[in-house]
Amino acid sequence: MTKYTDQGKQDTRSGYGAGMTELGRTNPNVVALCADLVGSLKIETFIEENPERFFQVGIAEANMMGIAAGLTIGGKIPFASSFANFATGRVYDQIRQSIAYSDKNVKICASHAGLTLGEDGATHQILEDIGLMKMLPGMTVINPCDFNQTKAATIAIAVHHGPVYLRFGRPKVANFTPVDQKFEIGKALMLSEGTDVTIIATGHLVWESLMAAEALENQGISAEVINMHTIKPLDDKAILDSVKKTGCVVTAEEHNYLGGLGESVARVLATHHPTPQEFIATQDTFGESGTPEQLMEKYGLNNKAIEAAVLRVLKRK
Amino acid sequence: MPNTQELQDLVYQVRRDILRMVHKVNSGHPGGSLGCTEFMVALYNEIMELKEGFDMDGIGEDVFFLSNGHISPVFYSVLARRGYFPLEELNTFRLINSRLQGHPTTHEGLPGVRIASGSLGQGMSVAIGAALAKKLNNDDHLVFSLHGDGELQEGQNWEAIMFAAGNKVDNLIATVDRNGQQIDGPTEKVLPLGDVAEKFRVFGWDVLEVEHGNDLERVIAGLKEAKSRTGNGKPVCMVMDTEMGNGVDFMMHTHAWHGKAPSDEQLATALAQNPETLGDY
Repeated sequence: MTKYTDQGKQDTRSGYGAGMTELGRTNPNVVALCADLVGSLKIETFIEENPERFFQVGIAEANMMGIAAGLTIGGKIPFASSFANFATGRVYDQIRQSIAYSDKNVKICASHAGLTLGEDGATHQILEDIGLMKMLPGMTVINPCDFNQTKAATIAIAVHHGPVYLRFGRPKVANFTPVDQKFEIGKALMLSEGTDVTIIATGHLVWESLMAAEALENQGISAEVINMHTIKPLDDKAILDSVKKTGCVVTAEEHNYLGGLGESVARVLATHHPTPQEFIATQDTFGESGTPEQLMEKYGLNNKAIEAAVLRVLKRK
Repeated sequence: MPNTQELQDLVYQVRRDILRMVHKVNSGHPGGSLGCTEFMVALYNEIMELKEGFDMDGIGEDVFFLSNGHISPVFYSVLARRGYFPLEELNTFRLINSRLQGHPTTHEGLPGVRIASGSLGQGMSVAIGAALAKKLNNDDHLVFSLHGDGELQEGQNWEAIMFAAGNKVDNLIATVDRNGQQIDGPTEKVLPLGDVAEKFRVFGWDVLEVEHGNDLERVIAGLKEAKSRTGNGKPVCMVMDTEMGNGVDFMMHTHAWHGKAPSDEQLATALAQNPETLGDY
């Protein structure tokens, strides 16, 4: 299988910050908004270099989404950022009416998604945001896997016209995608070809999937690993091409199995090519306090859990 | 600029449009629409600087946001009579496949509408965003918005009110339709708003009050005064006392006509009180 090397652990939110820095220098229409979480979102450089293009809204996310919608009227490209919980569930109706239904070119950029937020606990660990956002007509939903890809995705969504939900996280994780890899919305990346099973992963679970695939290879199982960074629009073709070859699939995500990537993949398979599938996701539960590693272990979201899911699904072929 | 008589004729005609639109589909919101008719007629025909045609960005012209989207009948009538879309299209209000949805939307591409509204309390934030974009674009035109008073019960407004003052969004004129009514009754019974003008004032806005919001000349004077106060470091709020259902005697002094259409007989009575001036659509 193709080997990937961790270039040094980094947080995906810093990838967002790096992307914003570049956009600040290259696209004069890009503006940033934040709700009292500038340090957490890593956008200090953007603000320092473009103070007139940054709006601090305070702890008022509903207003932030409305202001972002208004800024598009006049040609601005607003990047509205907060923690994933406060950037989605808290302001769902503002996003629905003022952004999605109004077809506004707003980029909702959400950090600290999922369990890996860690010690703050379930109030902040949203595991429902992909579902909330993918249900909105016209909304693009992206969950990149590492620093490099988050930076590339941040830059890519600025030239895509329409509302986008960009989801990333807090902890430092392996940074393994090529630094200069172009980000193509809706185009899945084949990370490693295999013949026995397909693993389709998004976000932090992509690296875990690669580790699982390596362990499986040592057991003589050939796993194909797909980085499904865009959950909507979903790359149906990449899914179908792979499962027609392997005959079974494991989906992996840091999200509730209800409403997540797994369900989207299941829809494609049920419609075009019914295939045994196992879901690596939280099982309709809230999270809790703990270190990211402890939580991923407890809730079954690490490479070991993926490996076990592969062994299960292989028996169902 | 039209003279006051021409504007008054337009007011009568817009009232007729509102009544006929909601009557035809037996649904819609005539009460608030009638209460804001003078304001909307004045705004679009006397106050705002508008370009020919319509583009979403509104650069180089004043822009308006209707936050209380349920008064779409008055919005649609005023837009149509200002030439944004064919007058006959008012016939399609609330019908299937129409651009004139129950609540205004950009989704169907109706010229003149820049944001969807209907779920209340969101328009001020949007207006602020548009005002900030104008500043970034060095566009010295203004942003106007209209809000129901009951709508101020939505907390998002107060986030927006704080932000606009704190960030000196002084190219914004937000008007509050202070008719004192909401669906379940008088605002002061449902959830008291108290002294709306004073609340805006202590939040740091420049506030003016128009006591007779259904007197066309006073509304025009109020809006001109509001314009004169822009550019001075504070957002401007115009609190306008209006009468829900104004111009139709049996629709006034009650909240009953918030979201109810008149019967055939009631329509005839209402239209008799508002003579045709510019021709029905």
